[in-house]
Amino acid sequence: MASDDIWILGIKMTKFGKHPDKDIVDLASEAAMAALADGGVTMKDIGILAAGNLMGGGGVGQQIQKQIGQTGIPVYNVSNACATGATALRTAIMAVKAGEVDMGLAVGVEKLAGAGLLGAGGKAKSDKKVYEPKGRYGAVGSVDGRIGTDSMPGVFAQVGMEYGHKYGGASFELFAKISEKNHAHSTLNPLAAYTKRMTLEEIMNDVMIAYPNTRSMCSANCDGAAAAVVVSGAKLKTLSLEQQRRAIKVKASVLTTDPWQEACQVLPDVNTLTKNAARIAYEQAGVGPNDLDLVELHDCFATAELVHYDNLGLCEEGGAADFFMSGASWRDGKTPVNVSGGLESKGHPIAATGIANIWEVCHHLRGEAGDRQIEGAKVGLAHVIGLGSACGIHILEKSGL
Amino acid sequence: MSKQIPFVDYLVLGDKPHLVANECTGCGARFFDRRNACASCFGTLFKKVDIVTEGELRAFSIVTFAAPGVKVPFVSAIVDCGGTSVRCTLTNVEPSPEHVKLGMKVRLALVPVGADDEGTEAINYGFEPA
Ligand SMILES: [Zn+2]
Repeated sequence: MASDDIWILGIKMTKFGKHPDKDIVDLASEAAMAALADGGVTMKDIGILAAGNLMGGGGVGQQIQKQIGQTGIPVYNVSNACATGATALRTAIMAVKAGEVDMGLAVGVEKLAGAGLLGAGGKAKSDKKVYEPKGRYGAVGSVDGRIGTDSMPGVFAQVGMEYGHKYGGASFELFAKISEKNHAHSTLNPLAAYTKRMTLEEIMNDVMIAYPNTRSMCSANCDGAAAAVVVSGAKLKTLSLEQQRRAIKVKASVLTTDPWQEACQVLPDVNTLTKNAARIAYEQAGVGPNDLDLVELHDCFATAELVHYDNLGLCEEGGAADFFMSGASWRDGKTPVNVSGGLESKGHPIAATGIANIWEVCHHLRGEAGDRQIEGAKVGLAHVIGLGSACGIHILEKSGL
Repeated sequence: MSKQIPFVDYLVLGDKPHLVANECTGCGARFFDRRNACASCFGTLFKKVDIVTEGELRAFSIVTFAAPGVKVPFVSAIVDCGGTSVRCTLTNVEPSPEHVKLGMKVRLALVPVGADDEGTEAINYGFEPA
């Protein structure tokens, strides 16, 4: 039977950082088993597994099953850039919502420590010795650097600069201040990869990667995993009161891609698909931006956080710089953003990010966030974006019990 | 004289070097790559249109860290050429925030990339301050 209400029954993330002694299956299994234990269930209760991983070579779902429980259930291995974790979760949610199963498990895992900067590493690019037009642009050599940039720090730098050009108020210092906030927030998160507070001066004087993004304004590559158990409302009613009390309601689960816009195939348009996802999510949830007690948004770079204040409707159109400068997005502000430390300090193990953000929100809604608890949090939003592009938004609400 | 070829097939060399786009005859959407159909209206008919060679800097980043083999620093930019956005690297400009400003006027410039083993020279495009 199709179910209208979907709940997160159990959810966990591993510590983000360097895990040299663990492979992706170890990390994913750790997160999955912890999420099952958190929800008070076992693999026997799970009807579908959605496994997200980008760099591991495929089939991670079945590899996880072989470690934690082979029950014959369907596995969906998903890959959707930086939105992979959110896509895995949404896959499990759709299966429960469709009534095919009453409980699903979603896992996201990545090993990236030492991989260098996102989109700025990889193998050396060399040109052919005899020119031959290749690919959709008929290029006779590598275009990276010769016709703009392929690097993520550079692409997202342009995204932030474009916003600044359109609306004003954005400067190198402003972007650095956003990073200062997230590094400050990270000091309260024991699971973050980096928990060092950084001064504005340290951030601005750090190694420049792609102006205006310095190293500390870029998401940190690291290892990590996160997992969640989702359950239908009908099934939840049959579980214990304690399970029902800690369950978090999924008020909205949305995935979008970038609709065609002038320039979107020249500079990725990360705005329209986020605005679309936010509009649908607020509609589904019956809440507005003013109802949000906390937001975890995709600050893959400091320049990205600025535009998403606007895209998620946290401020007036064009008002992101003013919104930030008012202090609204600090943990004691009107709409705390990235109290986990964000991707810039918590870290960004790509496929884990989209579930770890949801764990952070759930942690606060359950009142279990300890030192960094946002007091009385009832509703929160988690947002991720994968370049290419895919945007996942989930709005979550604490149980009324 | 050695043979010259454009670095990408949407660059036209000759007396008046310029970029060309595939414009959808149905909705006017412009693309620089080889097309299967229009991403905006799904039409399959396209015509070649010349892109104006002067424009305005809409976004940029000074990239100082890139994949191995990519020469840094360079200024990656998005230029608005009369309503059509173009991705490029700026040329003939100091790669520093003091010299690159949002909204600055730029124009198309040619950038030699070097010759291959048969002596064919590839010519790329960039944009320079106007
Ligand atoms: Zn069209």
